[in-house]
Amino acid sequence: MIKNTKKSQKKNILSLEDVSISYGTFEAVKNVFLNFKAGDITSLIGPSGCGKSTVLRALNRMNDLIPNCSLKGTVLFDGTNIYDKRVDPVEVRRRIGMVFQQPNPFPKSIYENIAFGARINGFTGDMDELVESSLRKAAVWSECKDKLNDSGYSLSGGQQQRLCIARTIAIEPEIILMDEPCSALDPISTLKIEETMHELKKNYTIIIVTHNMQQALRVSDMTAFFNAVEYEDGDGGKVGYLAEFDSTEKIFNSPKEKTTQEYISGKFG
Amino acid sequence: MIMNSLYYQKKLSRNVGDKFFTSLSVFCALIAILPLIFVVTYILIKGGAQITPELFTLEPNPPGDDLDAGGINPALIGTLVITTIASIIAIPVGVGGGIYLAEYSNGGPFSKFIRFGVNVLAGVPSIIAGVFIYALIVSTKILFGSMYSGFAGGMALSILMLPTVIKTTDEGLKLVPNELRYASLGIGASMYTTILKITLPTAFRSIATGVVLGIARAAGETAPLIFTALFSYYYIVGFEDLFYEMGSLAVLIYNFALEPYDAQNKLAWAASFILVISILTVNIFSRIFAAFTEKTKRV
Repeated sequence: MIKNTKKSQKKNILSLEDVSISYGTFEAVKNVFLNFKAGDITSLIGPSGCGKSTVLRALNRMNDLIPNCSLKGTVLFDGTNIYDKRVDPVEVRRRIGMVFQQPNPFPKSIYENIAFGARINGFTGDMDELVESSLRKAAVWSECKDKLNDSGYSLSGGQQQRLCIARTIAIEPEIILMDEPCSALDPISTLKIEETMHELKKNYTIIIVTHNMQQALRVSDMTAFFNAVEYEDGDGGKVGYLAEFDSTEKIFNSPKEKTTQEYISGKFG
Repeated sequence: MIMNSLYYQKKLSRNVGDKFFTSLSVFCALIAILPLIFVVTYILIKGGAQITPELFTLEPNPPGDDLDAGGINPALIGTLVITTIASIIAIPVGVGGGIYLAEYSNGGPFSKFIRFGVNVLAGVPSIIAGVFIYALIVSTKILFGSMYSGFAGGMALSILMLPTVIKTTDEGLKLVPNELRYASLGIGASMYTTILKITLPTAFRSIATGVVLGIARAAGETAPLIFTALFSYYYIVGFEDLFYEMGSLAVLIYNFALEPYDAQNKLAWAASFILVISILTVNIFSRIFAAFTEKTKRV
């Protein structure tokens, strides 16, 4: 089911160049080089503790919110290093939106959940239309259209997550980051979110962290496999690194690395 | 080997001991609640009998001249005015400080120092707050040349309210799940929009409860007012009265309970009744309010 991607024709929208991320003195991920192409869905997979979520959060500077978290290297977005001192992280997050592991709607009405982001971004057009189109794009309009003034909490978990996706779409980001968006959801909701992602691909670049290899296989064009190794000076701590990055087809059918092969086939993880 | 019966045996020493300690703890619990019951009922009976419509409208008469003591209108209004001044000062500063502690500080030495300071301030005896404002405002006549004033009283009470407001704001905001902050920041909201539009409204219930409890505590304080607002027998008629001596229920009770005249003592009982009832009402109201908003929030 994997489409043939014409890699060479797509431009790099986001590039990591020799990125290492540490929490205090503990190094979580090191020396990552990675290019994300515009219009692709890229999934980041790997065992727990390999730093894939850390890398994802680094892409829109959400790591700033974690005390002691520091980053070395450059993350190029639109020709700018987003870790340059002159960069405003708020602006970065407006152009690179994020959907989290746990559905986290605001304690407001469904309508306000969508309108909030748009309003703070200075949207002046027809708000009703934006709410409807965002909910439609996130494939949750039919469930929401009769209760736009009800609390976001009145929806089921899967619907809440799609509401969160709709909320992110409403600010018209260029890239949507998703941190295990389906891990708290049942299979049917998961399927719906995956369908939503296929729809979104037409307009947005999506980067998703997932523990579910079948999901990576179903939705993504490119896959990055992260792994963790013990420190050389060995006190039991582990540091994550990018083991292999290729088209999803190659990663799952003919991986170059032995560890990738072992992880894919379920020998560790 | 002797087999004991499985049936419950009253005479067994462990069962006797068990009964004894259960009754002892129930007894202690009852004694603990007794003062509250006695104080409230005594005041309700003694004070309730003195309640008349004139009480709320008249000025108190100076002690000693006749049997009619008048009313407590200036003290009632004075308490309202002084508490309002205290709230106007303490709520913005306290909520602001709480926001800093919960949202902006990174747990460094500065925020640790502030948290420690707030805890110390919460333990400062109320009379110290009064003496402090006395030294700062009253004796220096710094406020438009006025000495004892309702304004100084409000400032003294605001010092007592401040720690409660800071603490409840800090704790209320910490209860807001981080996911909500991330959600807001993740769609490009700035820190202050997030706090103003998402975090504060979510924590509103606990902050409001804390503020109301802080007000209730301040309204009953006597010692700080003796040094700052002193007392007045006269109606509060205009804005400029803020800068003169101002009566309050607590100080009225203190003054009149010590008078040798029966009429003044009765007035003190009536004022106690009104003070206790208002503080009880505010406490109960804040709880009902908390329960009510909780129901409406989680649809």
